[in-house]
Amino acid sequence: MIPAAFEYYRPESLQDALSLLQTHGDDARVMAGGHSLIPMMKLRMAEVPHLIDLQAIADLRGIRVDGDTVSIGAMVTQHEVIESTDLLRAAPILREAALQIADPQVRYMGTIGGNVANGDPGNDMPGIMQCLGAEFSLIGPDGTRTVAARNFFEAAYMTARTDEEILTRITFPAHAGGFAYEKQKRKIGDYATAAAAVLLTKEGGTCATASIAMTNLSDVPVWSEAAAAALDGTACDSGAIAKAMAAMDGDIDPGEDNRGPVAFKRHVAGITLSRAITRAWSRA
Amino acid sequence: MSKKMQITLTVNGETQELLAEPRELLIYVLRERLNITGPHVGCETSHCGACTVTMDGKSVKSCTVFAAQANGAEITTIEGIGSPDSLHVLQNAFREHHGLQCGFCTPGMITRATKLLEDNPNPTEEDVRFGMAGNLCRCTGYQNIVKSVLAAATELSAAKEAAE
Ligand SMILES: Cc1cc2nc3c(=O)[nH]c(=O)nc-3n(C[C@H](O)[C@H](O)[C@H](O)COP(=O)(O)OP(=O)(O)OC[C@H]3O[C@@H](n4cnc5c(N)ncnc54)[C@H](O)[C@@H]3O)c2cc1C
Ligand code: FES
Ligand code: FES
Repeated sequence: MIPAAFEYYRPESLQDALSLLQTHGDDARVMAGGHSLIPMMKLRMAEVPHLIDLQAIADLRGIRVDGDTVSIGAMVTQHEVIESTDLLRAAPILREAALQIADPQVRYMGTIGGNVANGDPGNDMPGIMQCLGAEFSLIGPDGTRTVAARNFFEAAYMTARTDEEILTRITFPAHAGGFAYEKQKRKIGDYATAAAAVLLTKEGGTCATASIAMTNLSDVPVWSEAAAAALDGTACDSGAIAKAMAAMDGDIDPGEDNRGPVAFKRHVAGITLSRAITRAWSRA
Repeated sequence: MSKKMQITLTVNGETQELLAEPRELLIYVLRERLNITGPHVGCETSHCGACTVTMDGKSVKSCTVFAAQANGAEITTIEGIGSPDSLHVLQNAFREHHGLQCGFCTPGMITRATKLLEDNPNPTEEDVRFGMAGNLCRCTGYQNIVKSVLAAATELSAAKEAAE
């Protein structure tokens, strides 16, 4: 379990990190908490001759809630997400989800930026970010740009981020209303067999807006507009939930693996979604 | 082999300067270069928590931290928590309540538990189970580990109250 040798860098500014990325091209990669990357390097499934550690870049830290806008630095850890009272007010779904990721030790190191930049379909934050309608800020040699979370994930481990870009911040509107992240896993610390993120608002006894995203049920997270539409104007009763489950089932594309065959995954996906809607509705 | 780099760590209050390859894992720097063998290697794949140390105030699995990444950090291992002549309250509680059998997981368990009780001095049983979820034990079935941590929490709180 010894990774291949590498040169190590700890730049203190984004500019220095970007120029290292440009100098070393394909041979360079950034590291956040290292809790996806180091295991891959140990298995030699990732070889990184030039490793750029982002830990000393102050610009990548900090959680800011400014009116209705929430902005989280890429290097904010899952532990910091759980501890943040600002986030608990502005987007409580993040705490509920972060508590279901890995275990305490991993959450102290793993970052929100690494969790979405990684592009692993098993990661939990990509679906949450799609559900929240988040935007990812990227900085590269040609300046900065933003990409919507809903357009960011292209295939397993493939994202809209180019190799020379660094993810700096994640921004999304604060959410008031019902929320839930329901995750089925084989044991604590496991990736999801299936998970459902639900945000909704209630007006006069019916559902006014809804957003639904599913985790680990395709090679990218699945933001299901059809499932959300099935809840619109309903009281999220069992009939509406059944329609949302059927619509979601049409959008996912799970594969068979050690977490089970396709039919089982579809079954679990439906159950997690039904529980998430029920819980979100009870909180709306 | 890549070039070695100069690494400075503060381990259990002592400054250590050493040369290591950036790719060396913190657990091996501690065990093989510094001869601090309290933290164990159970799985080497970030799952078991036997290698848990406290790094800059965080519980971390030292098999998943590069030497270079830890450069400049302050680290506490089980050796910095108590000694045979003066056991930490948690160590004593594990002894009293049979919180260990073979003892392989124990340094990681106790190191993690010290941090848990620092953050949450009055945990419920559920808090302890959830907060210790990154540490696996093949022997005890966890019941007595949870009992030990809860007993230590009660004792530490009582001592703190008495001091106030
Ligand atoms: C035992 C265990 C259980 C786990 N369980 C779960 C789980 O249940 N759910 C879950 O979601 N995750 C889980 N994880 C993964 C964990 O959450 C990782 O920490 C996370 O996926 C990656 O974050 P990181 O900061 O460690 O990123 P790193 O490992 O440092 O990086 C991951 C990838 O993202 C890239 N990257 C990182 N930051 C940036 C940036 N700012 N800009 C551009 N690229 C960047 C890196 O180059 C790398 O390719 C688990 C990990 C372990 C070890
Ligand atoms: S040896 Fe580090 S987690 Fe098992
Ligand atoms: S006491 Fe043997 S592994 Fe825990």
